[in-house]
Amino acid sequence: MKPTNIKDPEFFHKVVDCQYACPAHTPVPEYIRLIAAGRYDDAYMVNWESNVFPGILGRVCDRPCEPACRRGRVEEEPVAICRLKRVAADNKSDITDRLPKIMAKNGKKVAMIGAGPASLTVARGLAPLGYEIDLFDEQEVGGGFMRSQIPSFRLPESVLSEEVNYVLDMGITTHFKHYVESLKALLEKDYDAIFVGSGAPNGRDLKLPGRDEGVEDIHIGINWLESVAFDHTESIGKNVIVLGGGNTAMDCCRTSRRLGGVNVKVVVRSPKADMKASPWEIDDAVGEDIPIYENHTPLEFVIENGKLKGMKFDKVRAEYDENGKRSLISTGEEPVFMEADQVLIAIGQDNAYPWIERDIGIDFGKWDMPVVDESTFQSTNEKVFFGGDAAFGPSNIITAVAHGHKAAVSIHKFCIGEDITERPAPGVTLLSQKMGFHEWTYDNHIDHELRNIVPHVDKETALKNLKLEVEKGFDQEIGYEEAMRCLNCDVQTVFSDDLCIECDACIDVCPTKCINFIDNGEEDELRTRLMLPANNKEQDLYVSGDLPTTRVMVKDENVCLHCGLCAERCPTAAWDMQKFSYSTTKAG
Amino acid sequence: MSYLKSSFRHPESPKNDLGYTEAVYEGALSTLCAGCGHDSVSASIINACFELSLEPHRIAKMSGIGCSSKTPAYFLKGSHGFNTVHGRMPSVTTGANLANRDLTYIAVSGDGDTASIGMGQFMHLVRRNLNMVYICMNNGVYGLTKGQDSATADIGSASKKGLPNMYKPMDLCELSISLGSGYVARSFSGDKDQLVPLIKGAIKHNGFAFIDVVSPCVTFNNTSASTKGYEWVRDHKEATGTVDLVPKEQEIIVREPNQILETIELHDGSVLHLRRQPNSLDIQSRESVLKSLEDAKQKEQVLTGLLYLNTKQKNTHEIINTSDKPLNSMTKDDLCPGSEILEAINESLR
Repeated sequence: MKPTNIKDPEFFHKVVDCQYACPAHTPVPEYIRLIAAGRYDDAYMVNWESNVFPGILGRVCDRPCEPACRRGRVEEEPVAICRLKRVAADNKSDITDRLPKIMAKNGKKVAMIGAGPASLTVARGLAPLGYEIDLFDEQEVGGGFMRSQIPSFRLPESVLSEEVNYVLDMGITTHFKHYVESLKALLEKDYDAIFVGSGAPNGRDLKLPGRDEGVEDIHIGINWLESVAFDHTESIGKNVIVLGGGNTAMDCCRTSRRLGGVNVKVVVRSPKADMKASPWEIDDAVGEDIPIYENHTPLEFVIENGKLKGMKFDKVRAEYDENGKRSLISTGEEPVFMEADQVLIAIGQDNAYPWIERDIGIDFGKWDMPVVDESTFQSTNEKVFFGGDAAFGPSNIITAVAHGHKAAVSIHKFCIGEDITERPAPGVTLLSQKMGFHEWTYDNHIDHELRNIVPHVDKETALKNLKLEVEKGFDQEIGYEEAMRCLNCDVQTVFSDDLCIECDACIDVCPTKCINFIDNGEEDELRTRLMLPANNKEQDLYVSGDLPTTRVMVKDENVCLHCGLCAERCPTAAWDMQKFSYSTTKAG
Repeated sequence: MSYLKSSFRHPESPKNDLGYTEAVYEGALSTLCAGCGHDSVSASIINACFELSLEPHRIAKMSGIGCSSKTPAYFLKGSHGFNTVHGRMPSVTTGANLANRDLTYIAVSGDGDTASIGMGQFMHLVRRNLNMVYICMNNGVYGLTKGQDSATADIGSASKKGLPNMYKPMDLCELSISLGSGYVARSFSGDKDQLVPLIKGAIKHNGFAFIDVVSPCVTFNNTSASTKGYEWVRDHKEATGTVDLVPKEQEIIVREPNQILETIELHDGSVLHLRRQPNSLDIQSRESVLKSLEDAKQKEQVLTGLLYLNTKQKNTHEIINTSDKPLNSMTKDDLCPGSEILEAINESLR
């Protein structure tokens, strides 16, 4: 293999598994260290810079960082990254004076459609630069699906509004209760650019026998959640069936329990293992006495005397072909009847663009989705940009934020006449953490405690109050303990081959045996020859240049603990612990 | 500075026949100077014991005084150990071995502890052929007292202080062979591929097994003018051949057709494989070995690998015909059979 080019920011970026997995590339270890130091305001701002909604995401993020966390590969569970983010948000003081200063108006005007996380992120990027922003949304307040779809027992209204308002208070002109009916009409106004962050607003329906007769008691999950969020729906029957296995289904069933549902059940077509909902959300639903029936395919809505009585299901089993493709095969048993006063359908959602005319230069492709460039987020009409669920279909908040940051950069470059395909490089620094003889600026001691459990409000109390937040979050003490579990993967092991005397000290001391000095070879073959074979191919090998013995240093990054012992035992400082910071470039 | 090593290990760490991972054989985090060759020797001992699936509680670690003799703290945390008076490890080990012949004795010492203060003890240990492994971590200086030249420093070799050594060096391997050791090897801390099989062979050898390991002192003797530094040893190292210890039933594969493969059976049935070039040293001939060592010195080479092997010698217990059972497995009546037996013995000698 060729020597690893550590000047390429992506090599060390990939070593910081959590940050790399985060769509917005939040510098996770950095803010976790700040939490451990009790610097909650600083920890909050590191988050806010990257993801705009730390308090919200600290509760309801899909947490792609946690499955990626290296800790999960060396012990049982990853660091509770998401809940630590909440610790920063819960304990911060007033940070408004740290928000970006708004520059004088630059004379450019941008319209945004939808007041969800994608648009708000774009606004957060452009408003400080002096853009005049018009924000349109059909709801009466900002937040988009974060407000309409996520129940307040998971995300309190005050937390949501606080972080939405940080952005809206940057001088955004809001047009709430304003449904944009024609993009063409908007384009004809004097906007320099338009950002579409309107989400994926259409809940999928299930056209089965009885659907039309039962219309009174059969609801589309996201619409029903929205009507609960805006206090239009305040009760539900005792027997409720929720169809679907995603997070919306989990929100529907738990909300039902709080509105009077006693016998609430979730029914999914597939095996439980294939459910799309986050495991912790499934756990929370089950913890509220909600059974999940797997392998039941809906057959019909049963109507008696014009009134919904329940549903019939066909029992199936899942079979997988050699490509892993699933088919659900009927077991041939009698259909199963389940009683229901109400059915909530939460089987997915789609984009819908009836308000975008097809003659305004925006091409539509597969599944009637607009054609959007994956790096610039520009549509085929150069003035119109898309982001969040509106761009490539339903995803999650943190993805919408990542889109928003990139789209804001594009819109700014577009408005000042630069080539938007030339993307700005990330801000990167690599700095030695050496303070003295075997002393580092970071706490390199490895903590062996297991993951802390987030305390919950007791079930009785929680189910009585729709707006009472169920999770209590970590207090400062547990927050500190959990923060200490972080392995500081951003403090990189940096090797200088010209200093190495090949004494083997690093090999001998490394707890996880990731360092090898061996003859070079091709990657696949080299991986098999390491002291412990490098079987996790998602993790890179760090290869040095030739050493005096003609061997090379090969480090498997997979389970490095970043404990710094290699650097402490190195007599020539050929190993050094250097903090790598990586920050995606934002517009403002 | 870290005093603790994380207990997290690679999730795919292999297990040996006892179901142990190598972590079971480790010790505390080393407090020797960073880069000390001794840490690599410790790591090699850990690896050899792990691969041989030795039960840690059936091993005794013996040492004297010096940097080398601190190392038992850094390996085999679950084993017995005795850190003796300076240079007196041989006699303490002799006592321990006579009392309990069933343990595996792994002793570490340095060039000071062996070739200077302990020389008198060392020579008699070799003569008696005590069943043990004796590893000398040889760096040519007294590290713990700030780097004075030791008795193994070569003439002309200069440590960090810069003055070339004026006295002739003592060759501990030559000495051991002369005194009748049946297993003599030399290796280098920076070459675990060679050192680990040599330690495994030494553990399996019945009788006194001596390994002289050139183990550089990074603090005082890793200069360009030193013959015990990493660079010099790497440049002047010449291997006699490669050694492998294999269980008896395993198939023998000769990798390079022009090599000679010798197989030598050890007393417990395991086999030493020695691969070497034709016309190279015959490790079963003392004359051949002593000549090769001399030739290597003329050429300024460090001859490494297994230097001498004689599996037909009796160990101390066999020489003096002691009991097969260790003393701690005997009852009071066995050990102290009473005045009648004593009388009978006395009578037989009249």
